[in-house]
Amino acid sequence: MTSILDVKNVSKSYGGVAANTDISLSVKKGAITGLIGPNGSGKTTLFNSIVGYHPIDSGSICFEGLEISKMPVQKIARLGLLRTFQQTRIYGQMNGIDNMLISLPHRKMRFVDAFGRNGSEEHERAESLLEFVGLYEKRFLRAGSLSFGQQKLLEFAMALMNEPTGLLLDEPTAGINPTLINGLIDRLRRANEEFGITLFVIEHNMRVIMNMAEHIYCLAHGQLLAEGTPSEIQNDQRVIDAYLGAH
Amino acid sequence: MSKKFYLYSALIAFIIVAPFAFPDFKTQLATVWLMIIVALTWDMTGGQMGYNSLGNITFYGTGMYVAAVVAIALVYDVGEYNNAFGGGIYVFTNQQYFLGLILGTVAAGLFCSLIAVVIGFITFGLRGPYFAIGTLGVAIAAGELVSNWDWVGGGQGIALPVFPGDYDVGKVMFYFLFAGTGVILFVFAKWLYSTRFGAAINAIRDDEEKAEAMGIHTLQYKLAAWAIAAFFVGVAGAISAFQLIHFEPLETAYQTINLGIFMVVCVLLGGAGTLWGPVVGAILFHVFKEVTWNYLLGWQWVALGALIVVTVVYFQGGVVGWVMDKYPQWFGLSRVAEDVSEDEQS
Ligand SMILES: Nc1ncnc2c1ncn2[C@@H]1O[C@H](COP(=O)(O)OP(=O)(O)OP(=O)(O)O)[C@@H](O)[C@H]1O
Ligand SMILES: [Mg+2]
Repeated sequence: MTSILDVKNVSKSYGGVAANTDISLSVKKGAITGLIGPNGSGKTTLFNSIVGYHPIDSGSICFEGLEISKMPVQKIARLGLLRTFQQTRIYGQMNGIDNMLISLPHRKMRFVDAFGRNGSEEHERAESLLEFVGLYEKRFLRAGSLSFGQQKLLEFAMALMNEPTGLLLDEPTAGINPTLINGLIDRLRRANEEFGITLFVIEHNMRVIMNMAEHIYCLAHGQLLAEGTPSEIQNDQRVIDAYLGAH
Repeated sequence: MSKKFYLYSALIAFIIVAPFAFPDFKTQLATVWLMIIVALTWDMTGGQMGYNSLGNITFYGTGMYVAAVVAIALVYDVGEYNNAFGGGIYVFTNQQYFLGLILGTVAAGLFCSLIAVVIGFITFGLRGPYFAIGTLGVAIAAGELVSNWDWVGGGQGIALPVFPGDYDVGKVMFYFLFAGTGVILFVFAKWLYSTRFGAAINAIRDDEEKAEAMGIHTLQYKLAAWAIAAFFVGVAGAISAFQLIHFEPLETAYQTINLGIFMVVCVLLGGAGTLWGPVVGAILFHVFKEVTWNYLLGWQWVALGALIVVTVVYFQGGVVGWVMDKYPQWFGLSRVAEDVSEDEQS
């Protein structure tokens, strides 16, 4: 398999807390890969390490064969590796359209382009992606006034606007109305198949991740506990114990 | 030709006629423009980008000094001139005066942009209150450094040549220098906020970490925004230097607690993060200040403090924000229609 992201022996601790210990995994190009684990098992920490949000203690991280473990966040984002936040982050005082337009890929922009305006092509793209996530009607509302679930969808649309090669999603279905979850799974799939974006997804909803992912990694206490296909993971006694033991 | 066109034409006409219609208020009107310039530029980083600088006065003071030094250096030795402090016979021909005024002003703007980039490189690592205090520290330090530097007149400051013509003509000229700079700045800001650049600095204000995560060159934008602001403040400082003829380092140039704070109050009063807010705020503030300074002598600072408290507690959006909230239809805000449909749905 050709991988797009290779994590090798990555460790990260916060003071005395070993949030990630010696983690190695790889994400297959063009596929949807899952990352599960009980609360506090180090999933978000691993995402933060990958996108350069904080320096790692040791190990190596390669994106498309390029060592990125020492690069700053912006540079990694401009390489085409993007993340969404577990806490959801949008630009609260701007409306939906403006949130989309400012998410245009800056890797293709020269500084002078900043002094231009977005044309009808960009506006149409922004609107069609908002339509794609079901927020078209809300496009002129101040993004900060949207509900948490709507903000989550907006953040996803913004990520698509950026045309990433790889996208790390931190609990995309958290806070989404259960009746809308099937629609969201469908959209994530289409983002993967139609836009060709490799997805690496943290998810607590087992139904969602088992449905979507081709390969799943499971963390527990900051360590890699198990990996495999959805059915292998579902039947792995260590995974079952970790989830039951955690509560 | 829309309503807007007539509105702007009327405004321009008023700006041109004002110093002749109110001949006793030429200097007052010029000061209003100075306030508009420093408020609009403060809002560029404060309101639009979320970086509340308390050190923009650094560019005002530095603009004064750069302009003065350039104007003097064109004709005389700067150190000798300043140490004589008006004592020697230093004559400037008309040509030398105006050349000094023009070159000094341009140099002041450019130099201030340059130091904004240098200071920004260090201080833009700070966030929130730390940035405010960090930039205030820069302003205080700059004032102290300059007041101990004999080459530029030390604590005495610099005395520049007087406008070589009729006293009243001079006043009109300084009015138009400030007004021209203010109008150019306003048009420039209006354009800038409509570009991707405007969107990027708004993004930095709303969530800088998100902007970084989306690959936006945040530092470049922050430096560019501050450099633009510094350019106009530097130009305003330069014009002030020639207008005031004599200026001191701490009381006039690097006047942290006066103009340095007033510009922030203007923006808060008018409405941060809007194009018109700083303009409206600057005008209201100047009127308020003149009235209290003339009629409430001894209590003027108390009145000013009360104004700040009332604004911050009751009108956080400022005058413009408050009006926008009350009468959104005046601003063609599509928000209205959307809000209604939102209410119907829920
Ligand atoms: N900034 C931080 N400072 C100190 N400790 C942290 C920090 N972030 C995370 N931790 C600790 O690291 C461990 C892993 O946290 P992390 O957020 O990666 O878990 P997670 O798997 O994403 O959990 P959840 O499913 O609840 O989101 C936790 O024990 C947490 O307390
Ligand atoms: Mg998490």
